[in-house]
Amino acid sequence: MTDSAVELTRGFKEGKWTAVETTQLFLDRINANESKVHAFLSVDADRALADARKVDEKREAGESLGRLAGIPVAVKDLICTQEWTTTCGSKMLETYRPPYDATVVEKLQAADAILIGKTNLDEFAMGSSTEHSAFGRTHNPWDLERVAGGSSGGAAACVAADMALLSLGTDTGGSIRQPAAFCGVVGLKPTYGRVSRRGLIAFASSLDQIGPLAWTAEDTALLLETIAGHDPADSTSAPREVPSYSDTLNQPLKGLRIGIIEDHFEEGLNHEISQAIQTLIQWLEDAGAIPEPVRLPHSRYGIATYYVVASSEASSNLARYDAAHYGYRTSNEDAAENLEAMYERSRSEALGNEVKRRIMLGTYALSSGYYDAYYLNALKVRRLIRDDFESAFQKVDLLLGPTTPSAAFRAGEKSTDPLSMYLEDIYTVLANLAGVPAVAFPCGQTGEGLPISAQLWGPAFEEGRLLQVVHQFQSHTEWHKKRPSFS
Amino acid sequence: MSSVDYQLVVGLEVHVQLKTLTKLFCGCSTTFGAAPNTQTCPVCLGHPGTLPVLNREAIRLAIRTGLALNSTIPPTTKWDRKNYFYPDLPKGYQISQFDQPICQGGELKLPGDETSSPRTIRITRAHLEEDAGKSMHDESSGSADSRIDLNRTGTPLLEIVSEPDIRSAEEAKQYLTELKLLLTYLQVSDCNMQEGSLRVDANVNLHLQRGDELVATPIVEIKNLNSFRAVERALVYEAQRQREVFEDTGQRIGEAPKQTRGWDDNLQVTKVQREKEESSDYRYFPDPDLVPIMLPESWVTELKSDLGALPAALRERLKTEFGLSQYDADVIVNQGPDMVAYFEAVASNLKDAKRASNWIQQDVMRTLNDMEYSLADFSIKADDLAKLLQLIEAGELDNSRGRDVYQWLLDHPGTPEEGMKALGIASVGSDDLLDLCKQLIGEHPSAVSDFKAGKKQALGAMIGAARKLNPNANPGKVKDLLSQLISHED
Amino acid sequence: MTTGIESKDVLKVAKLAKLQLTEEEVKRLVDELSQIVGYVDQLSSVDTTNVAPLDHVLDVTDALRDDIVISSLPRESALSNAPKEDGETFLVPPVLG
Ligand SMILES: [Mg+2]
Ligand SMILES: [Zn+2]
Repeated sequence: MTDSAVELTRGFKEGKWTAVETTQLFLDRINANESKVHAFLSVDADRALADARKVDEKREAGESLGRLAGIPVAVKDLICTQEWTTTCGSKMLETYRPPYDATVVEKLQAADAILIGKTNLDEFAMGSSTEHSAFGRTHNPWDLERVAGGSSGGAAACVAADMALLSLGTDTGGSIRQPAAFCGVVGLKPTYGRVSRRGLIAFASSLDQIGPLAWTAEDTALLLETIAGHDPADSTSAPREVPSYSDTLNQPLKGLRIGIIEDHFEEGLNHEISQAIQTLIQWLEDAGAIPEPVRLPHSRYGIATYYVVASSEASSNLARYDAAHYGYRTSNEDAAENLEAMYERSRSEALGNEVKRRIMLGTYALSSGYYDAYYLNALKVRRLIRDDFESAFQKVDLLLGPTTPSAAFRAGEKSTDPLSMYLEDIYTVLANLAGVPAVAFPCGQTGEGLPISAQLWGPAFEEGRLLQVVHQFQSHTEWHKKRPSFS
Repeated sequence: MSSVDYQLVVGLEVHVQLKTLTKLFCGCSTTFGAAPNTQTCPVCLGHPGTLPVLNREAIRLAIRTGLALNSTIPPTTKWDRKNYFYPDLPKGYQISQFDQPICQGGELKLPGDETSSPRTIRITRAHLEEDAGKSMHDESSGSADSRIDLNRTGTPLLEIVSEPDIRSAEEAKQYLTELKLLLTYLQVSDCNMQEGSLRVDANVNLHLQRGDELVATPIVEIKNLNSFRAVERALVYEAQRQREVFEDTGQRIGEAPKQTRGWDDNLQVTKVQREKEESSDYRYFPDPDLVPIMLPESWVTELKSDLGALPAALRERLKTEFGLSQYDADVIVNQGPDMVAYFEAVASNLKDAKRASNWIQQDVMRTLNDMEYSLADFSIKADDLAKLLQLIEAGELDNSRGRDVYQWLLDHPGTPEEGMKALGIASVGSDDLLDLCKQLIGEHPSAVSDFKAGKKQALGAMIGAARKLNPNANPGKVKDLLSQLISHED
Repeated sequence: MTTGIESKDVLKVAKLAKLQLTEEEVKRLVDELSQIVGYVDQLSSVDTTNVAPLDHVLDVTDALRDDIVISSLPRESALSNAPKEDGETFLVPPVLG
């Protein structure tokens, strides 16, 4: 058929193939590849085919068709779907069926997309490897022994393994971009407030955003156009028009000032990644862009700031899992007559170690006597970090740097050392702290054949420019056409 | 040792349920009394992924209240989370306001009465927050479980916190009465304690003089105060208890943790509530799901001009414009804005406003009480009562016959004049009155001579006789005419 | 700032967070939290005098809703995910005073 979502929906609208045929094709690939990759937590073939049939009927009836008509889309299992369990990768919500659909899910449905499955993740999006899922880890399609990244590991791996062309992930500190980097696909974290968070199960509310993953900038633009926009049901959603990202992909790069984040090319960055990005910079220059060095003086405080802010919010956001109104409840007998025991046992039995660790850290940072030193101070440093970006964007149009310090690591390699895992997000957390958009896209491969990813950042609401650069890079290079060999 | 060698010091926290149609952060109805868990949605059930969206009307009602309490309304206000676990709090935190409440500072003036002089109680702040649900525990049901109803979860509350300016149980009651009256006038709350739309917590301690030193006892918070009377009694009880504890332990403020006690209405005592050491650490922090709200000066000014007349101003008006006493003004104003309007409509048609005040206090209020009517349901409209009292004023009928007409008006549709006609009350013409008096003088020679001898009360018997001869004869007029005629006999 | 996180701190925080920890978990969390908090302590070296805390990255304000009733969930769906319910209410172990 085609591996472009843009062409897939065009072909469908032109009658070249049916939605059922497309859906069946992806279901077949899932059948073939999923046992090796484990990108999904649920796939409901019957439901997906039934939905596809409805879209086919719509076309046959001559009704107008949505932007994503006939395209199977995978949705991270942190996003609420009324018709599918929404587990967050946690035993706590193993059987949870939300009483409503997320706004983005409503938008996918309104666009005639076909929900093909819910993807795996680190429990409650807390992790960078999808090893912290209560339902088994996701394998990296480029090397099954390696991690797919996280927390949207399933969202990235299902695209890389050809089991979906479009995929929705969520990004709190790099959870779209880091797995996109490890799996060699494009992943975009939108500006905070660009995409409604209603129905995105909160990890850290001031940082969380839903965003698209795909092979190409073109497909990423298509999915972003569909899900973005103001939602009166989300008070933090921006009341702004959504531009047509697809229409500006070919605007010339000439004169575009691109700041190279010097701080991100110092210690800790893998040499091959550094090399690949230098090549990318050269390409940009050849295309007429103007690279210039930029410093973000507070970027080295990103991880510390992020872990305090994110964990504090998480400790409160996850207090709702108290076994009273939904979710897991312990069957322990002591807990039947003792409310405290019911709370403590249920939470302890159903939440994983990483989640507990962050709840503990956040509770500590907010508790009396520590609030000013940790939480409040982190909010102040957060302002300094955002101010760094504001000054940088006075001088340049976009910023460029690596997505991750190294390529995909081996499973188990970092799971015993939480801090080293946290440092995986060193280049990604800043976009969340500053609320600006950033896109990760493949720009090379390591000697071992693992994807290398660059990260491009823009001022708030400049997603269009990010995609414009990635699209033109992809029009002249082949990195986005590389496929893992396992399939 | 004297029994009152201490000073009671009280600050009150009043939770007022605001009269909105929907909850603070979702569109569920706030109507009282629905079947359990029928007024809930994913947002107020605290489902994962849901987000709060603020109700504009709650902000309007809060500002209105703040303005009436003379609070400062800041240019912006924000939201914080108060974190604690409780089954009637489904999110594990309450959305409240911590460091930027919507109303800052303020005061409530207590009018004073025969036993107390006017006082001002300072208001610390008033903030908006969402209510919790209801947990019900019934031992007798045979089930060990508590039942949770989340209908009330998310209902908007305004928590009004006073400074510790209250000095007696009586004063606490006056404060609550005046506050409730003000809220009623503002139409911001139903203030129904039975339905929980007004709830009171008290912070209480004692100041004792020990030699040259003023000593304070540890502060105790009292909860479960379900009526104003409970507040009064609990404070009296608590003063006595703290006094005794102090004699026993000598513990001063800061030497014991703040205790929470619940009022037991059956036993009429306060009891210590299960102390959870950790429960005091609420880990307040700004709610990332809600953005700051601007309260532009223009909006506040508009709301201020829209407050309407409030109790303190109305009492003054009734005193200066209608010449009522402080007591009479209080009684009428305390009945609420409808009664004030009723009074003003009646009184402004009369020469003597006191007559309107008397009739309203003695007759109208009694009727409303007996029949459990509100003024809106009352069949005698202000125009009718005014007409009736005008007729009395003009001497067309006396108070006693007036009451007959009043009763007739309660039972029948119609005007006072129709009532008089129906009851056969016709004013007696002057010729008839003269004939009647002459007849009386002829029939009561001894009374006439007693009167001449200076016994003014001798006319009483003749007036009583006049009523029998003609019930419509106005006793005042009979009396005047009799004394004229007798004086002229000489 | 020295962190000096001890097991009593871990236990106090666990109590607040309603987590029941095994002895082994307490020990592990003392180490892990000490390490993380030690790392986070670098923030205390940043000069934040006169820096206002940043609670919201966007300047969105005044997200307000009109006071209009929207139909609630049928009770059946409100209770449908409950671990224990009686058809009318959620059931939890006894809530005392
Ligand atoms: Mg309160
Ligand atoms: Zn609701």
